[in-house]
Amino acid sequence: MANSRTEEYPVLWIQGGGCSGCSVSLLNSVSPGPRNILVDEIVPGKHLNVRFHPTLMAGAGHPAVLELERTRQEAKGGYVLVVEGSIPLGASGAYAMIGEEQGKEISMHSWVKSLGRDALAVLAVGTCAAFGGIPAGSPNPTGSVSVQDVFSAEAIDTPLINVPGCPPHPDWFVGTVASLLLQGLPTEGDLDEYLRPNAFYGQLIHENCPRRAYFDEGKFAKKLSDPYCLYELGCKGPVTHADCPTRLWNNGVNWCVGSGAPCIGCVEPTFPDVVAPLYEKITDEALPNIGAE
Amino acid sequence: MGKITIDPVTRIEGHLKVEAIVENGEVKDARSSGTLFRGFELILRGRDPRDASQLTQRICGVCPQTHATASVLCLDSAFGIAGEITDNGRIMRNLLLGANYIQSHVLHFYHLAALDFVDVTKVAAYEGDNPSLKSIKSFISRGELGPFAPRYEGDYRLPDDVDRQATAHYVQALDIRRKAHEMLAVFGGKMPHNCATVAGGVTEHPTIDKMTTFLWKLNEIRDFIDDVWVPDIVAVAEAYPDYFEIGSGCGNLLAYGVFDLDGKEVDYLKRDRLLRSGTISTDLKVGEVDAVKIAEYVKHSWYEDSGSGRYPGEGETGPQPGKGGAYSWIKAPRYDGKVYEVGPLARMAVNYANGNSSVRGLVDPVLSHFHAGPDALFSVLGRHAARALECKYVADSMADWVLQLKPGEPVYTEYTIPEEASGMGLVCGPRGALGHWIRIEDGKIANYQCVVPTTWNASPRDDSGQPGPIEQALIGTKVIDEENPFEIVRIVRSFDPCLACAVHVITPKGNELARFRIS
Repeated sequence: MANSRTEEYPVLWIQGGGCSGCSVSLLNSVSPGPRNILVDEIVPGKHLNVRFHPTLMAGAGHPAVLELERTRQEAKGGYVLVVEGSIPLGASGAYAMIGEEQGKEISMHSWVKSLGRDALAVLAVGTCAAFGGIPAGSPNPTGSVSVQDVFSAEAIDTPLINVPGCPPHPDWFVGTVASLLLQGLPTEGDLDEYLRPNAFYGQLIHENCPRRAYFDEGKFAKKLSDPYCLYELGCKGPVTHADCPTRLWNNGVNWCVGSGAPCIGCVEPTFPDVVAPLYEKITDEALPNIGAE
Repeated sequence: MGKITIDPVTRIEGHLKVEAIVENGEVKDARSSGTLFRGFELILRGRDPRDASQLTQRICGVCPQTHATASVLCLDSAFGIAGEITDNGRIMRNLLLGANYIQSHVLHFYHLAALDFVDVTKVAAYEGDNPSLKSIKSFISRGELGPFAPRYEGDYRLPDDVDRQATAHYVQALDIRRKAHEMLAVFGGKMPHNCATVAGGVTEHPTIDKMTTFLWKLNEIRDFIDDVWVPDIVAVAEAYPDYFEIGSGCGNLLAYGVFDLDGKEVDYLKRDRLLRSGTISTDLKVGEVDAVKIAEYVKHSWYEDSGSGRYPGEGETGPQPGKGGAYSWIKAPRYDGKVYEVGPLARMAVNYANGNSSVRGLVDPVLSHFHAGPDALFSVLGRHAARALECKYVADSMADWVLQLKPGEPVYTEYTIPEEASGMGLVCGPRGALGHWIRIEDGKIANYQCVVPTTWNASPRDDSGQPGPIEQALIGTKVIDEENPFEIVRIVRSFDPCLACAVHVITPKGNELARFRIS
């Protein structure tokens, strides 16, 4: 329970070129549940003070937008920015607008730059924010880029952690936030080359897949809904880094391959273009990691 | 004369801006603008048609299953197997869609709409032992109220005890909503964005243990709907009865129908469905839906005028940011040239009027409780009530469907992808009528179009100047306090807008848009 020494961590959650699926996925968190995340101390003595979240917040319009600027100024270097969705650069940012100031609409791109620069840390949640995702899929009609692209272009050096997935598992977000609060910013070896926490993205789906034995025995499903390994039906498990097979989804009831469908590689920077067609076998040269330790 | 601008409208899905011109306390004019564009239909072109059901789910994270369903119906029809889906495949699809109906409807009332009526801060004076309320009381005492403040102040009318109970239900509904997704994942793999819904049927097999798990997750949710949600709707309506008369809208309703009870009829609009297709107006006369009467207009949207007024299957417009006279990324779909609202109200009103005894049995007691006629349904409260009652009807029906699954029987129908074909998938999502159209050339997607629920509801003016349904619902509304325009947000949210859905697109003309590569 809370006490007078509770530390408040302001959180600003903004949405660009996305579908809100990452937010909905976070609400699927079991332990902690959504109430624990929003209202209680998420770890002892520390509370996430969600000052801006477009899908959940009570306020609307200008007073809501003021929370963004107020937090940037008052909690400079002390708030966590969560970005969901891609950042469209096309048409001077007009493809994604959030609020306005003195009658002028403000672009997602502009918010990511100003709020990103002054944050304690930035979490790019979901594959759109982490890598561009579907909005950046060919032909990328809106010129969508990732948070990392914006930071590189603008020389913003705020610590950035990517939590991709379409959507990400709620545990991946909660676990990343909890380690930020308990252990501080990530250090050497905590993140992979794509800035993903190794704790969740350190192994291939293929390495832990319950259908792996069928792959090794050469027993392959010939049509969807068949048992056996889904490799020939396009499963991207051999090139996808996530702990879905052991963590399972939605309170542990199932996961994609568990329901008889091939993995589509949604946590990777190669989603959705390189992994397509989704139901066609990946080529052998795309499989350097199979069997690797 | 003043202008109220609400940008962003929060507690909806996606990016919406609403402007209202107010004169002598009354809305004289209103504009609804979608402020996000991703270009989904452009991204789909040239891809393997089968990928559409995975990619289009990602149009919306709140109702992905609706897009999955419309997409696989569309692909089934293009692949020539619309009448050959197995009973297991059809029923499983109904259960997956039904689970997401429940998830979406519960989320809408409790987490998107309720904070317009419920004052969470009243929990500060709570003295009981409900764990959720104790937790919220402690939260309030710390003084940082995000995300429950800032907010509009003033018109919170629920009696203190009812108000606190509603806050406790807000928390309880977070768990119920989550369980609806768990139920879906039993057969769908994961949610949001499941992978088991595919052209040809589904990939998951029903087994007795999974059916039992599904059924008991469902039963817990049904208890919540009966014992918590429906009574809460009544309690809110008793405290805010004027909202039976506020936000009546355009008076025309459209539904494509949803939940296939028959898998053989290849014309989806003629299928026997739990909630059948139809049009209806305030005179409560039901008309048949004819898809060719649908056209999309773009005079006031940021798209090239040359594509205006086309049937969605033939849509050919490109984005044109900054176009003069335009104010939205949403197009203006019209049926037979007229403005139509879509959503639970449309489905319940059509099926009430066409004599569905189950729907009448749900709606009539509520109307008689409030001494109201069916015309009261055309309102803010009418939309909320229709959503809750529909949720009960769907959830109760699902309990029967689970037991119709046959373990061991096939769930999937094989097909070959044609070189040239076109298809259409029409269904209703939680927010209303959803259509997907595909044209396949050389075995790839040549054109893919979606006309989604919020495109109907949040549409801007059309080429003849008719305002969209939300705009019409706002115009004429009395706003008591312009600094705290409760009336406007209550009206807008009663439609349950989903803007990620509404703004998508369209085929390009030329390549004038800048392109960027992910490094």
